[in-house]
Amino acid sequence: MAEQEIKPQLLKVTIDGIEVEVEPGTTILQAARKIGPAVAPPAMCYYQPLKGSGGKCRACLVRVAAGSAKDPRPMPKLVASCLTTVQDGMVVENETSPQVVEARKGVVEFLLLNHPLDCPVCDQAGECDLQNFAFDHGRETTRYEEDRRTFEKRDIGPYIQLHMTRCILCYRCVFTADQITNKRVHGVMGRGDAAEISTYIEKAIDNDFSGNVIDVCPVGALTDKTYRFKNRVWFTKPVDAHRDCPTCSGKVTLWYRGDDVIRVTARKNEWNEVTEFICNTCRFDKKKTSDWTIEGPTKISRSSVISANKYRRDEIKPSFGQRLAAAEYKAIDDERDTSQLGIQQLAPERFAKVLPSALEPEP
Amino acid sequence: MATKILTEHINVPGIETFDVYRKQGGYTAVEKALKTMTPDAIVEEVKKAGVRGRGGAGFPMGMKWSFLAKPEGVPRYLVCNADESEPGTFKDHYLMKNIPHLLIEGMIISSYALGANKSFIYVRGELMYVIHILEKAIAEAKAEGFLGKNILGSGYDLELVVQPGGGAYICGEETALLESLEGKRGNPRNKPPFPAVKGLYQCPTVVNNVESIATTSWIVNHGGDAYAAIGIGRSTGTKLISASGHINKPGVYEIDLGVPVEDFIFADEWCGGIRPGHKFKALVAGGSSVPILPANLALTLANGEKRLMSYESLSDGGFATGTMLGSGGFIVFDETACIVRNTWNFSRFYHHESCGQCSPCREGTGWMEKVLHRIEYGHGHQQDIDLLVDVAKKIEGNTICPLGDAAAWPVASAIRHFRDEFQWHIDHPSEATQPGAVYRGEMALI
Ligand SMILES: Cc1cc2nc3c(=O)[nH]c(=O)nc-3n(C[C@H](O)[C@H](O)[C@H](O)COP(=O)(O)O)c2cc1C
Ligand code: SF4
Ligand code: SF4
Ligand code: FES
Repeated sequence: MAEQEIKPQLLKVTIDGIEVEVEPGTTILQAARKIGPAVAPPAMCYYQPLKGSGGKCRACLVRVAAGSAKDPRPMPKLVASCLTTVQDGMVVENETSPQVVEARKGVVEFLLLNHPLDCPVCDQAGECDLQNFAFDHGRETTRYEEDRRTFEKRDIGPYIQLHMTRCILCYRCVFTADQITNKRVHGVMGRGDAAEISTYIEKAIDNDFSGNVIDVCPVGALTDKTYRFKNRVWFTKPVDAHRDCPTCSGKVTLWYRGDDVIRVTARKNEWNEVTEFICNTCRFDKKKTSDWTIEGPTKISRSSVISANKYRRDEIKPSFGQRLAAAEYKAIDDERDTSQLGIQQLAPERFAKVLPSALEPEP
Repeated sequence: MATKILTEHINVPGIETFDVYRKQGGYTAVEKALKTMTPDAIVEEVKKAGVRGRGGAGFPMGMKWSFLAKPEGVPRYLVCNADESEPGTFKDHYLMKNIPHLLIEGMIISSYALGANKSFIYVRGELMYVIHILEKAIAEAKAEGFLGKNILGSGYDLELVVQPGGGAYICGEETALLESLEGKRGNPRNKPPFPAVKGLYQCPTVVNNVESIATTSWIVNHGGDAYAAIGIGRSTGTKLISASGHINKPGVYEIDLGVPVEDFIFADEWCGGIRPGHKFKALVAGGSSVPILPANLALTLANGEKRLMSYESLSDGGFATGTMLGSGGFIVFDETACIVRNTWNFSRFYHHESCGQCSPCREGTGWMEKVLHRIEYGHGHQQDIDLLVDVAKKIEGNTICPLGDAAAWPVASAIRHFRDEFQWHIDHPSEATQPGAVYRGEMALI
């Protein structure tokens, strides 16, 4: 019997001047991702594999300049692109809207307000969504002079340590525990800026799939105790590998330092999302090369220091925000007495990401 | 002459009991509705009445009801929002504790109109004694056959449940309330979907304020047109105003919408003027969330006309020169009130009550509170005022629920209209931090 597929009518949506066709029910964020990283809004809480995630961080706010072909009025407020579905003929402004750029600057500032900025001692540094977000969209100085909220570090179970000071309350770990483990024993307690991730009466998280909260955490709030302070991610080499695992897919990334596997994580896609979660045995117990069948070096397609100096230039176009940031960085850099800090030497590399000239396709 | 739709019998001794309430004509509207009207006919009357939501947003109640989705085989719910926690607002509390049957009667009529067989009254947890009053009244109504199965032989069933809240302002936001009612953490939901489509337990739900629901008995008895004849323009009917602050007669007043603000403050019938020897300085017209206005703008529109107690007149001029009717929490300040201190106090409230779900509100409310605290206690910097304006702007409109706006507006408006007062605190910290010190510079006092 011939398969009769009724194709839903595709919707046309324009994001930052680029047109794309998507299926009904697609969110603005997913439509933008379909176009590519240049127009994809940043997402600090939304996590495609986790149902119900999104809407909280407000990093992905965009301006809807025209609601649809039928009703082309602009939406009165910026909307969370991770939750707003597209309409046919919708026109969206991401970084082409100064209002969006301004709002995102605000969101970065808010997220960093109570953040300890302890990147130099944080295991997440180098693969941290917050670092990337702040670098792309933040302002260069802080206007906050009050005390920051602090918490003691806490061991939650044998494998995971919670640094609540770094948490941005994205709720990803809560959804993960709800959706892929058989019982959630942690959650958000308290409210407002006193809200914190906590286990139920300091209960340990102990579950075959608990380790995945480490991967979904966008910052260094949930860290792998077997990897703590072992290394910096940019010194390690990621390699894709798999094993026959009775509990999970067994598809992982091994992180090598020299010949040693010092960390095992689930694989992440170009949006830094895990699509196949892995079990604790694969993650914490299998740290010998002989445990695994090696597939080859991990392709890191997202811009990250992990692939330092190996950015895929074809994928990165200078966006409005980046051009703005570039201009601002240049202004500060011109003012600063660079000789003292020895920054001059670093500058070209550091700014390669934002300087438009550095991003032009190579001849 | 002021019409008393909600408070006509409120002072009758024993009105909290079924018998006295019934003797005053209570529950006749339920009889009329269930015996002679179809649900749609009631919705039609409520639409005609033009009554607008009394919980703060002022959304037309009939329109909200007509948006309710009605899929086959799915229950629909009515939830009464009795969480009343907005600083300056205490009208629902007054109504429920004095005349609980008015709300119950309204709940029966509204539930019938919406086709709900189980309805909830979500009451602010601190009001335990009111919860007991309501439960007693429900038991009485049930014993008399006005609740439960086959009410008055009409074939219509209704169960009414009173649910105490856990003591969080945010659970007054309708979707946070629904989460809380489901037994979850009271985090507001992202909208859409709106409760009319996916509300309580993902079923179509209407959430209405106590005062909104309480109007329905009168509307059923007298008709929507009679209700719409009261008031002014699109602000139909009467409104309960919780009046507090530096006035001679604080309390809850039922007014016909359209009364001039000036009359409401100064006439003996209502607030009875500013306390002796003092002058009117500022007004928060609709609960702590709405923009504060200086005395001159509170009484007069930018074009010189008198400002009226109505949705349209109070918001005339936008936020530049206007404010909002909100929930009707009417707070009057005389010249002894320090606007900086008051703004800090409001800010402290929103900081404490933010659910912490979205970053601008979670972090921004605390930041504003700390900066305001610093200014109030003599440690302000020159750039702080602009900083506050900017932080408020970065919160406003960028959050999941309107609490973010509610936190931003009082700060932005206080600076808009009383900037000199903030500047004085920064420029003269030692003077400003003296006990009882208040800015006495140039300002309109009435
Ligand atoms: C932070 C916040 C608190 C609220 N608190 C209340 C409340 O205590 N009582 C209330 O009736 N509405 C409150 N509201 C408004 C409700 O969300 C909702 O609009 C209202 O209950 C709808 O009823 P109405 O249309 O009859 O006004 C609050 C809104 C927000 C954003
Ligand atoms: S611990 Fe990490 S994943 Fe969990 S809420 Fe905080 S930032 Fe998000
Ligand atoms: S605006 Fe504030 S109260 Fe509302 S959802 Fe966001 S954090 Fe919670
Ligand atoms: S990613 Fe959309 S709000 Fe966080």
